[in-house]
Amino acid sequence: MTPAVTFTNVTRHFGTVRAVDAVDLTIAEGSFFAMLGPSGSGKTTCLRLISGFEQPNAGSIRIFGEDVSRTPPNRRNVNTVFQDYALFPHMNVRDNVAYGLMVKGVGRSARYAKAEEMLALVKLDAYGDRKPGQLSGGQRQRVALARALVNEPKVLLLDEPLGALDLKLREAMQDELKALQQRLGITFVFVTHDQGEALSMADSLAVFNNGRIAQIGTPAEIYGQPRTRFVADFVGSSNVLPPALTQTLGGPARWSSLRPEALRLTAPQEAPLAGPVTSLRYLGSGTRVTVAAKGADIGVFLPAGHPVPATGDYTGIGFAPGALHVMDEA
Amino acid sequence: MRSDRAPIGLTLAAIAGLLFLHLPILLIFLYAFTTEERTYQFPPPGLTLKWFEVAWNRPDIWPPLYLSLKVAAVSTALALILGTLCAAAMARARFFGRDQLSLLIILPIALPGIITGMSLRSAFSVMDIPFSTFTIILGHATFCIVIVFNNAVARFRRLSGGILEASADLGANGFQTFRHVILPNLGSALLAGGMLAFALSFDEVIVTTFTAGQQSTLPIWMLNELVRPRQRPVTNVVAIVVFVTTFIPILIAYYLTRGGSDTAGAGK
Repeated sequence: MTPAVTFTNVTRHFGTVRAVDAVDLTIAEGSFFAMLGPSGSGKTTCLRLISGFEQPNAGSIRIFGEDVSRTPPNRRNVNTVFQDYALFPHMNVRDNVAYGLMVKGVGRSARYAKAEEMLALVKLDAYGDRKPGQLSGGQRQRVALARALVNEPKVLLLDEPLGALDLKLREAMQDELKALQQRLGITFVFVTHDQGEALSMADSLAVFNNGRIAQIGTPAEIYGQPRTRFVADFVGSSNVLPPALTQTLGGPARWSSLRPEALRLTAPQEAPLAGPVTSLRYLGSGTRVTVAAKGADIGVFLPAGHPVPATGDYTGIGFAPGALHVMDEA
Repeated sequence: MRSDRAPIGLTLAAIAGLLFLHLPILLIFLYAFTTEERTYQFPPPGLTLKWFEVAWNRPDIWPPLYLSLKVAAVSTALALILGTLCAAAMARARFFGRDQLSLLIILPIALPGIITGMSLRSAFSVMDIPFSTFTIILGHATFCIVIVFNNAVARFRRLSGGILEASADLGANGFQTFRHVILPNLGSALLAGGMLAFALSFDEVIVTTFTAGQQSTLPIWMLNELVRPRQRPVTNVVAIVVFVTTFIPILIAYYLTRGGSDTAGAGK
């Protein structure tokens, strides 16, 4: 099967800054792919390279096998849901959604019919006559989605699509986007800095750091077996242990990670790690207990229902043998 | 303590200021109806409508009126094209000397008209260009461009790059983006700029005196008319015409740009 998007050794620099540095990437057809990373890590530039708003300085980009490295955005069969939605303020919702068909020369009645169909898909059937200014943030987001889908793109790009929504709406939209993607079977590529969003929505994800991909994998792989300290630190709030500490816990002299939820509090005697509790953070679903042990601050996630120690209490930390994940790279 | 009402002294001063500014205009209107044709006597000895008929039948009024309308129309059209192109370049491109160039474009309106007029006159004579309608239009275009540019550049800045990219992303080529996204968002700004430019050109005197040669535009005709002893109220009748021709476009421009804040960038 031809992959939806292929990056071969793609580099894009702005002046001396290498925004995207020799990236190789394959996105499978029909997948929900997330590009995760802190701001400035190159994930948005990668998205713009796919949409055509940036062109690579080196390397090539293929969309379904076709080299599009020099193809302008309007001749690529990909569409984008922009971060600020970028709806046309002077057009009503129906004309916004029908825009892609209008510039293709589709007749009025046909394109309006299709636009209504798309609006129904995002549950905005009754809003065709409104102007974007009269909609809420969540509604604008849906219009942007309908507008991008009307051209039946082979790949849908989403640039931080949920960033501007409040938490409740964001969670609802996450489910909806996921369901929509499965229903349409289109490849979705979405950029986010929110690791929770990436883990919960994506089939596979790439973690970006400094213009390079630190790791590609399924959410479970990325979360459970981070390859680098950066990934362990950025995805989830893992405890990253230096080589010396890894050794005292029975591992090789390499960096390792311990997930807070894989740890439990035990009696200090015979525990591999022990120390005083330095802080407590109540999270609702549990409490994050920080313990100063062997020169490191170890975070332990204590699920609700367990007895919570007091600050200053001396406690041990225990974990199952498989919980210590040794990383390949520093 | 805060109060919503301004102190009485300030209110009176404001009223006095407004009256000082606008009463003379009313006087101009009043004298268009006076029966006394040689002096501006106050109060007018009597009121009549005959000066409108006299003005209508005076053959020397029509050529300047036509000339003024023609100059204003052509220089506005020129300004709309060139001013918009300038604004597009300034708002979208980044190049060396951009800010300085932007200042140069605005300069004609900051410069005293007499300087613009003198420099144009000497330039025309250096280049051996005879004074004609064409030279008047060129003179007027210098400041009309600025008006259109100022209106358009503000709107271009509010046209966020996002919607232009969205248009391209949805398959539109450059022309389609201009036609369906840029122009509708720019429209009211251009109309407002065009109206203001037209109004400014229609009553321009200073630059015109330096670039007109033998022809007279309406304001110049009025200036010449004031020194004549007879049929003085005819000038006032023409003044009303000029007032209406310039005030209505300015009023429309004001309403067009006032509501403009919610036409672009509201998608945010």
